Amino acid sequence: MIRDAAGRIGYSPSLLVALSAAVLVALVSITSGAYPLALADILSVFTGQEATDPVASMVLLEVRMPRFLLGFLVGAVLAVSGALLQGLFRNPLADPGLIGVSAGASLAAIAVIVLGNTWLGGWLAMTGEWALPIAAFLGGSGTVLLAWRIANRSGQTAVATLLLAGIAINAVAGAATGLLTFYATDEELRSLTFWTMGSLGHAGWDDLLVGAPFMLLALLATPWLARPLDAFLLGESVVGHLGYRTDTIKKAAILVVGLGVGAAVAVSGLIGFVGLVVPHLVRQMVGASHRMVLPLSILVGGTLLVAADSLARVVVAPAELPIGLMMALIGGPFFLALLLRTKVI
Amino acid sequence: MVLCVKNLSVSIERSRIVHGIDCHLHEGELLMLLGPNGAGKSTLLRAISGDLAYGGSVSLSGRELGEWRPEHLARQRAVMPQRVEVNFPLTVEEVVQLGRSELRAGMNDPVVDRLMDDLDIAHLRHRLVPGLSGGEQQRLQLARVLAQIMDSPGERLLLLDECTSALDPAHQQMVLDLVRRLAKEEGVAVLAVMHDLNLAAQFADRLMLMKAGYRVHSGSAWDVLTPDLLETVYGFSARVVELEEGYPMVVPRRGAPVRAQLAPLNPSCRQAS
Repeated sequence: MIRDAAGRIGYSPSLLVALSAAVLVALVSITSGAYPLALADILSVFTGQEATDPVASMVLLEVRMPRFLLGFLVGAVLAVSGALLQGLFRNPLADPGLIGVSAGASLAAIAVIVLGNTWLGGWLAMTGEWALPIAAFLGGSGTVLLAWRIANRSGQTAVATLLLAGIAINAVAGAATGLLTFYATDEELRSLTFWTMGSLGHAGWDDLLVGAPFMLLALLATPWLARPLDAFLLGESVVGHLGYRTDTIKKAAILVVGLGVGAAVAVSGLIGFVGLVVPHLVRQMVGASHRMVLPLSILVGGTLLVAADSLARVVVAPAELPIGLMMALIGGPFFLALLLRTKVI
Repeated sequence: MVLCVKNLSVSIERSRIVHGIDCHLHEGELLMLLGPNGAGKSTLLRAISGDLAYGGSVSLSGRELGEWRPEHLARQRAVMPQRVEVNFPLTVEEVVQLGRSELRAGMNDPVVDRLMDDLDIAHLRHRLVPGLSGGEQQRLQLARVLAQIMDSPGERLLLLDECTSALDPAHQQMVLDLVRRLAKEEGVAVLAVMHDLNLAAQFADRLMLMKAGYRVHSGSAWDVLTPDLLETVYGFSARVVELEEGYPMVVPRRGAPVRAQLAPLNPSCRQAS
């Protein structure tokens, strides 16, 4: 592959490759599954031809499309959240899963499921169908804030502290989740398992309707953060010297991550490693400038998750693997390889 | 007056690091801050940079530091910290461009090109920063800092914390020459923390000597770099000789006892603010 002096592929070629991959993966994801669709079926559904197989039309519009869109959005949000956190903490190992944000969001969602009829009845009455995403958002943002506070006590982000705090936050959230599991009824237990393993299996238009506004809002806010985050790579004091309001930028990034990861967890449960793997791949292609890393992470993250989801549907067909398991299978070894290559944390 | 510091005090974790410092800088003036390790030079500079909370007053072009909008301040005042560590794969050019405000950002910025030439990093343009040597990184950071105020209208202030500590002698001359030219030709006011007494004598208009958070003395190189003051403040014995160029050179005496830790701060040396 052609690389420049810094060993990069460059933004335009990378964008082209990523776009082609996205289109290819989209086609594979929409056509493959328990009921295979031909490209001709898809074309005829979208052009509104009469002779369309009604089952194909139903599968495409009610199952595959919402699943593809939701998968893409969730992947995009998780990847860009990883990129934002890595810039903010100046560390390539920060990830919504590792520092406990996903666990915090998931705990809040599970609390709503299990305690919704008892202690949190007021919350349900107040928020209605938005109860889960809003709770997950609050849980997610609260955890980012907590991790930030713990790691920043001395004024500088202590990365080891951050990752260790992540372990502790994950442990506490895990324990609390376990406790809720203990109290859950059989029915609650079933929907609860969905959160902990991560799945796009139930994705429908209603999930998209609830989750997409939050996730789109998070994605739309990222271009504004790109340049200040580049300054963050030089150190927190430099951000202020360059004329950015350090605190505002930090809070905005935390809000975006909480909003995006909260909504992603609310609709798809716990899916790890996307935020770790994708920005890393993207930086290998175009370098570290967030003006390129953020948009490409959105594209590559969406593509990766949709690809993993397609794979999860075929490997054990007609059943399917939870996407969370699939990503952990891909991401775990990747994370280890990254650790071995990173000399100093 | 570009910079006016009055009765500035800084405390970190309840211990006072800087005590009631006064200093001022006019357009085109180059003031260098000297003193042994732990004298409070960097702390003073960081307070003036707005990184640390302080008591007293710091004003730029007559306006208190806190009253400036950050984005306006960034065009009048640039800060080069003692150390900037970049772990991410940014290129040299990308880092210099960070110094440009968003409106002016773009490829082929003539200011960026000129600064990279002036600081001898143009050939490193596409290299990744984490792979550069310490000296190259220092020149890169200076280029980024200068890019920030290069074509701003109005009074400009440059704050440098040991900007030549990692450089070889040729690059030290190159960098300080550039800084001095900016002061004299473009009117930038410069406050620089230095360790090298002879470089300071060579390039500064005025020197300020600090110890234990107090200003001990300030004035021309000949006023400040005297054997007595060096003995008192640094605790080493040196002679001061006059060079052909007209400025003093400090030559430490070999084998003379160094009492850096023991050197008392003579209260009579403190100039009351």
